[in-house]
Amino acid sequence: MTFLLSRLPRAIFTIFIILVINFFLFRLMPGANSDRNLVNSPRFSAETKAQLRKTFGLDKPLGTQFLVYLANTARGRLGISFAQKRPVSDIIREKVGPTLLLVGTAEALAIVLGMSLGALAAWRRGTWWDIGAVGFSLTMYSVPTFWLGILMVSMFCVGLRAFPTFGMVVPGEVHASSWLYAMDVIHHMFLPVVTLTLVLLGGYLLIMKESLTGVLAEDYITTARAKGLTDSVILSRHALPNAMLPMVTLIALNLGFLMGGAIEIETVFSWPGLGRLMFESLQSRDFPVLQGIFLIITIMVVLANLLADWLYLVLDPRVKA
Amino acid sequence: MIDVQHATVTGPLELPRRRLAEFWQAYRKNRRGVWGLGALLFLIAAALLSLFLPASFTHTGAVADILQPPNWRHWLGTDELGRDVLALVATGARTSLLIGITASLISVIVGTVIGVSAGYYGGWIDEILMRITDIFLVLPWLVLMLTLAALLGPSLFNIIVVIGLTGWTGTARIVRSQTLSIKERPFVERSVALGAGDLYIIWHHILPNVFSLIFANTVLVIAVTILSETSLSFLGMGDPLRVSWGSMLYHAFDSGAAALGAHWYLLPPGICVVVAVMAFTFVGQALDEVLNPRVKRS
Repeated sequence: MTFLLSRLPRAIFTIFIILVINFFLFRLMPGANSDRNLVNSPRFSAETKAQLRKTFGLDKPLGTQFLVYLANTARGRLGISFAQKRPVSDIIREKVGPTLLLVGTAEALAIVLGMSLGALAAWRRGTWWDIGAVGFSLTMYSVPTFWLGILMVSMFCVGLRAFPTFGMVVPGEVHASSWLYAMDVIHHMFLPVVTLTLVLLGGYLLIMKESLTGVLAEDYITTARAKGLTDSVILSRHALPNAMLPMVTLIALNLGFLMGGAIEIETVFSWPGLGRLMFESLQSRDFPVLQGIFLIITIMVVLANLLADWLYLVLDPRVKA
Repeated sequence: MIDVQHATVTGPLELPRRRLAEFWQAYRKNRRGVWGLGALLFLIAAALLSLFLPASFTHTGAVADILQPPNWRHWLGTDELGRDVLALVATGARTSLLIGITASLISVIVGTVIGVSAGYYGGWIDEILMRITDIFLVLPWLVLMLTLAALLGPSLFNIIVVIGLTGWTGTARIVRSQTLSIKERPFVERSVALGAGDLYIIWHHILPNVFSLIFANTVLVIAVTILSETSLSFLGMGDPLRVSWGSMLYHAFDSGAAALGAHWYLLPPGICVVVAVMAFTFVGQALDEVLNPRVKRS
């Protein structure tokens, strides 16, 4: 409760700033769906222009427009898509689930694998395992996410024909049971999840290794050794819990990067999520949809950050709310 | 946390030749740094050589057969328009390095101005600037960059501005904490006592002492910037009139090179990105080790 009271105002402030950016960015930038582009076409008569301005509320002062935007956003109205002529909120709602499924699975796998492999690298410092793990992480840091995805497609989908190249299920397939449906989805998401996991893994591995190496040099670990505790007890009871803290910070900082990765992966694998929608909207300059996606993704990241802060509090009793 | 015990008061430009020799002595001990520097010089040479390529190699009216596998005329094959892939990769090096370096300079300048102001003036200026930095840190950078690029329209200049204006947060934080520690030093106090103004102190005492940190940091930022440019171009937000590694991959993906098994078209630009990013990262880390030996980061 005290946690919420202290952190919530900051999160709300951040979301408000994002709303301000979202409104003015799309209103004032050249090429946006501003007054200029909508109304200043020479093909319109003066009356039509006035009518259009009135219909879209562009005759009101900018401040009033902003308030109207805030009110509409609060009610979940995000405007109408240029390309699909449907409410943006409906379009986005269909895409949130697939993105969360893809990103959530990859992030969870990357955290678990990164922590275990990083811990192993710290425990066996200086061995070929350590050197290999660090080399792998540095390489993954330098590899563009989408490029790794394309390589996966050309190797496993085109070359070996082991996985489908696009979508979430076989198009037009009627699944006999929900089990078969789930299997179909897993078959489709396997490669995108593996790709995203590989890209995320390196950072977690390095942080875990560095953090655990630091912890293992602490006096209380030497004390634990002197007490004759076994390696596994030292690691699981004394070292790992303390080494996890920087991980939580990195996970929170990584969330924005994660969504970037989702855009690239979904584009390459034609995964029907927010990222793919963003790519398509960029191609067709569908500004209302872009505005909606920008808002939804940033709010998701802010909320996830709040969650990470809370987790940090639970893990480290020294931190005060 | 950053803690420097003995920062150079005179700045790194003092006695250039001797310092340069000393610097090189220390730098060459870092094996990764030497490899990175070698790879970097190679890429720069490729970029420069591409200036002397006949235009018929890379312009859209190329006459060779499309999507040829590597052969004796075209060492890395041709793309979907019959252009020479090797020539394109070399030309792409020019764009990617140009954007990487200029956008990073913008980032670092913005980050330094914000970091120094926040750290030096403190109080509410610090509070506001750091709150803005926190918000930028939270924003998903690729989403922000794509949105900005779509609104501004894709051109070389806009891409540089967009990447430059979104990537300054790391620099701002590093510079701020360094400024905080420098401004408490005796030589700054002495300057204040002698009646020096804020700008004088920032210019003559703060900046020379954060320079070595910024320098290594800039090289590291370039690595990230090259990745950003590649992602932006791949997602169709690059300058359509310029060849870059990212735009090559965009066209390769768009023309179905993956389905056609045209790995000679898919691999070279990606490998170049990996090499460039690794090279800048290694050089940056080596510079950091050499220039900031007493800086301890936890």
